[in-house]
Amino acid sequence: MAKIDEYIQKFESGRISRRGFIKSLMVLGLSVPAINMILASSGPVAHAAKPKKGGRFRLGVGQGAMTDSLDPGALPSTAPQIVHLQVRNCLTELNYKYNPIPELAESWEPSADASKWTFKLRKGVEFHNGKTLDAEDVVFSINYHRGEDSKSSGKSLVTAVKDVKADGKHTVVFILEGGNADFPFIMSDYHLGIFPAGTTDFEKGIGTGAFKLVSWEPGVRALTKLNPNYWKQGRGHFDEVETIYINDVSARINALKTGQIDAMNRCERKTFHLLEKIPGIKAINLTGTTHYTIPMLSDVPPYDNNDVRLALKLTVDREQLVKQILRGYGAVGNDHPIAPSQRFYASELPQRKYDPDKARYHMKKAGKLNHTFKLHVSDAAFAGAVDTAVLIKESATKAGIKIDVVREPQDGYWSDVWMKKAWTFSFWGGRPSEDWMFAIGYAEESNWNEGHFKHKRFNELLKAARAELDNAKRREMYVEMQRLVRDEGGSIIPMFANLLMATSTKVGFENVAANFDLDGLRTPERWWFI
Amino acid sequence: MVAKRIVLGLVTLIVISILIFEGVELLPGDVAQAILGQRATPETIAAFRKELKLDLPPHVRYFHWLGDFLQGDLGNSLSNKRPISELIGWRLYNTLFLAAAAAVVAIPLALVLGMLAALYRDSWFDRMINVTTISSISLPEFFVGYVLIAVLSVKLNIFPSISNISDAMPFWRKIYYIILPCLTLTLVVVAHMMRMTRASIINVLTSPFIEMAELKGLTRRRIIIHHAFPNALSPIINVIVLDLAWLIVGVVIVEVVFVYPGLGQLLVDSVSKRDLPVVQASGLLFAGTYVLLNLIADVLAMLSNPKLRSPQ
Repeated sequence: MAKIDEYIQKFESGRISRRGFIKSLMVLGLSVPAINMILASSGPVAHAAKPKKGGRFRLGVGQGAMTDSLDPGALPSTAPQIVHLQVRNCLTELNYKYNPIPELAESWEPSADASKWTFKLRKGVEFHNGKTLDAEDVVFSINYHRGEDSKSSGKSLVTAVKDVKADGKHTVVFILEGGNADFPFIMSDYHLGIFPAGTTDFEKGIGTGAFKLVSWEPGVRALTKLNPNYWKQGRGHFDEVETIYINDVSARINALKTGQIDAMNRCERKTFHLLEKIPGIKAINLTGTTHYTIPMLSDVPPYDNNDVRLALKLTVDREQLVKQILRGYGAVGNDHPIAPSQRFYASELPQRKYDPDKARYHMKKAGKLNHTFKLHVSDAAFAGAVDTAVLIKESATKAGIKIDVVREPQDGYWSDVWMKKAWTFSFWGGRPSEDWMFAIGYAEESNWNEGHFKHKRFNELLKAARAELDNAKRREMYVEMQRLVRDEGGSIIPMFANLLMATSTKVGFENVAANFDLDGLRTPERWWFI
Repeated sequence: MVAKRIVLGLVTLIVISILIFEGVELLPGDVAQAILGQRATPETIAAFRKELKLDLPPHVRYFHWLGDFLQGDLGNSLSNKRPISELIGWRLYNTLFLAAAAAVVAIPLALVLGMLAALYRDSWFDRMINVTTISSISLPEFFVGYVLIAVLSVKLNIFPSISNISDAMPFWRKIYYIILPCLTLTLVVVAHMMRMTRASIINVLTSPFIEMAELKGLTRRRIIIHHAFPNALSPIINVIVLDLAWLIVGVVIVEVVFVYPGLGQLLVDSVSKRDLPVVQASGLLFAGTYVLLNLIADVLAMLSNPKLRSPQ
């Protein structure tokens, strides 16, 4: 497997030709259909349109508020996140295939049990204030999220880090509580951006990023200009980037149509098909890891009975939800949180379908046919959550199952309803690695185990797969975990929602990443004007 | 008289500050939960509360805030630690700028239309003005805004669709950028003032001294401008001032539609994030605007009425 990955990398970076690539794969013993599949999913990055330099890129961002800040421990919404990644970098970066690639770390190496990771830092990288990056800055930045008094929303990312220390000027060693083969994925999380040791005022935005902060008014705009010393090859093409807060989606679309902005995120599903037809506008529609969940607390009666949970999973008409709620911009979910585009996605699991007879059978077996299930919902979970609940109630009625949709206020939904009431709605941006997604949302000890899923075998597999470095063995384990979550877990996962963005045709880009909104939050440094 | 009103106004503001404080306390969740959202854990929330002293009892926090406020210290935002005076300063300027621009267009327009409507009462002209202004006030302001954007910005491409002005812009460029929100606000407020002008002039026209003027043989135009209008001023001033107050405190929807960086959005964001000191500061600013403008309305009404000017 590792050999194939190596060839794919060579092929994509243009170091071997297509013919040479096919030959090498055949030598490895791959069949022609298998090679065709690999060819379809990979290819040398097209350099037909070489990125041009210059221009002011105006990005209209929906989702943000005057209360935002550049504190890496806060970053509550897309707008501050994307400004943060204009001025700062992480140790690793995810490419559009969800693979970690070097950023501030040049290379990394696990110990044999993957519990100790050594990151070699890039040399000669300068912060915007002239200081040279060294290992102490990395240690300081990571420790900012750790410890008892940390109020960082990224604290959970580093709770498994037992110790982080500098080994000389350019090496950082992480000691983990257990093995984690996917640790480099976690280092790409935007919370773990690197800033100079001793930083207390984060609003100045001092980092190593492609752009330097010129002005920053949360809730209104940020202006950055190109860092002339930017060290990353082939990145940072615009002279200036203006990030404009536009929370109203119609205002964003109008601004794009009239040329007041060059790109926007969060298009409206209802009008996206119209946007696609407007000359001068490119519409981008990507299936990523974003998914909606409907968690049941599986230790609270009646949801502690797996027949009840299975029956409710079977009453959801996923095709209908994708068609009506997502307007086709999404994919059906199979009651586990791993997206089809991810490495260890279990394509062998049959797709769960709407089956009122089977649902009735399980509900009858549980003896709960006369029970009325209260489904607590608010559009705070995601736009369209209330409509989704009503559609589920209707499809359940056909199976003879009674659901009562309880509308909750949007304010305080996450603190007072979600994971407090027994059956609620939730939203996940998804995680690029299987381990990360399962660890945060389904591991017994996680704060966000929203279905109160406590499964011995699952938790054993999770730990074993995390420390396993052999991809074939890992795949086997992750497939079993997906099956366990699908068949015994507490969450209904009906659909994966697409990311919808739009740009003017003057903007150039390639292979837009879907691990996060706006090309994995890297739009400003990856895109250019044609 | 005026001094008494000012003291009463200050008492009102203190009462309002208590109401705002209580109101925000009653809302579910606090700033720690609002900022951390779905990512919150019990430990991070506790650490957050401790750092911002949210773990103190409410009355202690209120008097702490009041003490600082009375010394002129508005404090810092809880969520991004910026000084509140800095957050409010330029947004207040923007809000007043847009309100002033709308007022400069709307008030003369409304008065002239109102007088014309009274002058040509019950003619087709009167009816047309009434129908137009009443329909524009009946439509919600975001709808008026969207229609203006669709026609004047997207279709004809004359004006920008978003009015995200910045300090660096020259004055006339700012004016160009705010034409659409200004027009929207004008369409919304003209009807009030115009209808009140028309109604109170017509009301005065039934008085005996107008009959006297008519008998003297004055022209209708002269009667309305010189005799009826000055005597109808008092209710008109009241409506104008109320509309002015609305232009300052009530335009948050127009701000959202046109992405205008004013005070309304600041208040909405700070309430949704439970950023209490910012809510207090902007809430009191809005309340103060109402108190002050009402006072001005009363003083002006007194000045315009000879009977009130000399109480004997």
